[in-house]
Amino acid sequence: MSVQSPISSVNDFVVRFANVNGSGSASANELFARSILRHGVPVSPRNIFPSNIQGLPTWYEVRVTEDGHLGARGGVDMMVAMNPQTWDKDIASIEPGGYLFYDSTKPMPSSKFREDITVIGVPLTAITNSTYTDPRQRQLFKNIIYLGALCALLDLDPKLVEQLIGEQYKGKEKLLSSNVHALHLGRDWALQNLKCPLGLRVKKSDKVGDRIFIEGNSAAALGAVYGGATVCAWYPITPSSSVAEAFTSHCKKYRHDPETGKAKYAIVQGEDELASIGIVIGASWNGARAFTATSGPGISLMTEFIGLSYFAEIPAVIMNIQRAGPSTGMPTRTQQCDVIACAYASHGDTKHVLLFPEDPAEAFEFAAAAFDLAERLQTTIFLMLDLDIGMNHRLCRPLKWDDAKQYDRGKVMTAEMLEEGRDFGRYLDVDGDGIPYRTYPGTHPTKGSYFTRGTSRDRYARYSEEGAVYADNMQRLVRKFETAQDMVPRPLQANAAKPTKYGVLYFGSTSPAMDEAIGILEARGHQLDRMRIRAFPFHSSVASFIADHDFVYVVEQNRDAQLRQLIVNENGIDPVRLVPILHYDGTPITARFIANSIGDHQDHLKVTPLRKAVT
Amino acid sequence: MTYIAKPKFHHPGLKKNELGYTHRDYEGKISTLCAGCGHDSITASIIEACYELSIEPHRVAKISGIGCSSKTPDYFLGNSHGFNSVHGRMPSVLTGANLANRDLIYLGVSGDGDSASIGFGQFAHSIRRAVNMTYIVENNGVYGLTKGQFSATADRGSKSKKGVTNTDNAIDLVAIALQLGATFVARSFSGDKTQLVPLIAAAIRHKGASFIDVISPCIAFNNHAGSTKSFDYVREHNDAVNRLDVLVGREPISVDYAPGTVQVVEQHDGSRLALRKLDADYDPHDRLGAQTFLQKHAAKGQIVTGLLYVDPDAEDLHTHLDTVETPLNTMDEQALCPGSAVLDKINASLR
Repeated sequence: MSVQSPISSVNDFVVRFANVNGSGSASANELFARSILRHGVPVSPRNIFPSNIQGLPTWYEVRVTEDGHLGARGGVDMMVAMNPQTWDKDIASIEPGGYLFYDSTKPMPSSKFREDITVIGVPLTAITNSTYTDPRQRQLFKNIIYLGALCALLDLDPKLVEQLIGEQYKGKEKLLSSNVHALHLGRDWALQNLKCPLGLRVKKSDKVGDRIFIEGNSAAALGAVYGGATVCAWYPITPSSSVAEAFTSHCKKYRHDPETGKAKYAIVQGEDELASIGIVIGASWNGARAFTATSGPGISLMTEFIGLSYFAEIPAVIMNIQRAGPSTGMPTRTQQCDVIACAYASHGDTKHVLLFPEDPAEAFEFAAAAFDLAERLQTTIFLMLDLDIGMNHRLCRPLKWDDAKQYDRGKVMTAEMLEEGRDFGRYLDVDGDGIPYRTYPGTHPTKGSYFTRGTSRDRYARYSEEGAVYADNMQRLVRKFETAQDMVPRPLQANAAKPTKYGVLYFGSTSPAMDEAIGILEARGHQLDRMRIRAFPFHSSVASFIADHDFVYVVEQNRDAQLRQLIVNENGIDPVRLVPILHYDGTPITARFIANSIGDHQDHLKVTPLRKAVT
Repeated sequence: MTYIAKPKFHHPGLKKNELGYTHRDYEGKISTLCAGCGHDSITASIIEACYELSIEPHRVAKISGIGCSSKTPDYFLGNSHGFNSVHGRMPSVLTGANLANRDLIYLGVSGDGDSASIGFGQFAHSIRRAVNMTYIVENNGVYGLTKGQFSATADRGSKSKKGVTNTDNAIDLVAIALQLGATFVARSFSGDKTQLVPLIAAAIRHKGASFIDVISPCIAFNNHAGSTKSFDYVREHNDAVNRLDVLVGREPISVDYAPGTVQVVEQHDGSRLALRKLDADYDPHDRLGAQTFLQKHAAKGQIVTGLLYVDPDAEDLHTHLDTVETPLNTMDEQALCPGSAVLDKINASLR
């Protein structure tokens, strides 16, 4: 029997923490991730958590990646097993040659371990109990003590960790010094009793640059602040609640009148999603920039209003932080499963604009842009995030804002324009782009008022059930949607090093895994041109990209290949030319999965010539 | 009928209000409701109240849900923006509109199906939130547009036109509004304009959540014997606790009132409500007393009308949210965007 040698890797490994929900481990684990960043080494952390507040298992996974691969990798090189409930499964998930870190205070039978891994026992409970008497302190500092031990084992610079603790507890000297003390308790024990460092280790590098570390939901909320949103109405739902909470805290910092101290925003927690979208529609109708944040079940509830927004042409911004459906589905797991539900939300013939950011930086940009688009197009704009982007810290380029930028408030007829005698027809297509003018309520004493309704009406907003009048309006809405095509963010294309007949389409949070997969596939001899779709309606370049290749893989995180369906439906593409690559178990898609799926498919295509016997 | 244009000219001697507007300036399109519909009388009362208050017509936003009652905003204040929204969702649309621009007057028009059934939650929550609005329910106890089904305000034991007896308990929206903290609560009858017009005027001047339940018989489906929302039934069982005059400006209180019979309530905006007491024991400042009074009289089959509760020191949602005085919809990037220098600092804090 060959002995499995321990994994040896510098700046390229995955550590997974198995914890109990509510044990206070989250901040210690985040501290671990951040301290590696301070070494100049990129990390990509992910929360894997249950729909629960206290007691159920939760995991935190940190991918340490000098090469900057920010997608989930799959597999675990080191397990920090702090949860007896999940012990067996956790031990089983360690890669051969990997490491197990556990609390060795209580002896464990050898049958509980594996022979092909390195087992590191630290008597965390014993150290904690001999130092602290308060039960809450014991719990919290135990987390910092294991962090200290990991510092020694993975060769982290303790000064960098101390610096981070210092920033976190600035002005709270007592907390600061006690945390630093706990850190050293763990580190010193490991240095004295274990062989440090391990084969896995962190070495200082310079691969982080000026990038920032932020959750997508917080970035999207900041985009709403910068984009001029003044009204936010929402109903709590995982994984979107932190959008509204972040918007609240950003507004408290940046949106109070310096003189009066009063709020330049209004945030209402609605009684349900119907009220939330109703408030958004009412505020937007009245000329304010308004948004809501929700997830799948909320979208289902909002659809009647979304149809009103489409037909009566009222701006709205909906941030949909997608989670696994259908129904309640898996509320704390990620998917890209609302593409169809949002693109065609509501009864009757409707189509809506969707934006697909790949990371927090784009979530910020697209969130701000969504308000311009909503007012320019006078319709609902969906910002399609998902749990993987929304609720995880992600390394991304710094957020940027051009101070010369002015908000595009769209076609609004003012009192002056009405006074000049401009012809105002609320649904009159004066410019040929399908977009009519609107007036805000209260504009003029005798001109420009109209009656907004979800029923059919003519170009001057007069109620009508005439077939021709109805069809005229529906045709204009199609024209408007065509106009949208050139306003939304364009797809980004990257060609393979060598000419190829094959392409791949992908969007949103699949992005980092896709980038990494391309490298793996190239190494296997497969060349692929790739295009990242960033919005619906699809730009004409999507159809030409498909036309330029024999066939194109469409990689997405749902069962029914929803983006593929949308492309087939909207662009009249032969479905045979679009090969679905689908990942939908609720975990984030990995480069390994993409590379294996596409690689296998490509291998099947290779025709091995039959060798005929030469006679 | 809407396809018949309403003639614009009017008698040159038509009376004008302080702003120089006549009644006609507050009218809308010709009603498409049934001849004799109670809702048309409410429309006329809204026109009258706005004329008397000398409101600039375009400074009102009229918002409704779906149903016969919700069609009526097309029939008054033709120079105001109107919004016939989604069934049962007028309150949320109105709340959003109010947040966007606190300077307009918000008139929410709804029905009993719209507010007591499909939109019961939105009705309740807009009242709870103290949205500054006048919320009028045109209450006929039936679904008119779908031809006569019972609504949730139909009294138990009331008979439908087809002879079916309602076995479900009725929702009293006035009782709910009182419980949820509405700061102006009234009930009236579409057949009693002299009572209704000043109630609407006072509600518009009230800063806070004003709710008026107006019993408004459905001439087509709920005006028969056995109905408790018919013209005859409401006239017979109407128990008015007071009559109201709204005094705007410095005009003295009329000498017509007998001493001790009038209670004057001064509202935040300086307007005064002169309440002529019909029931000597009724105190419109006593929320709990009003609730008990209503229930006692309801048990006797009486419909209590009048100004049932008013809190002259009411607050509204904007007070609670501490929003700026400037309407949010007028703010531009100068006022709203923190700018790149702040963003650089935010970036630095995220490294």
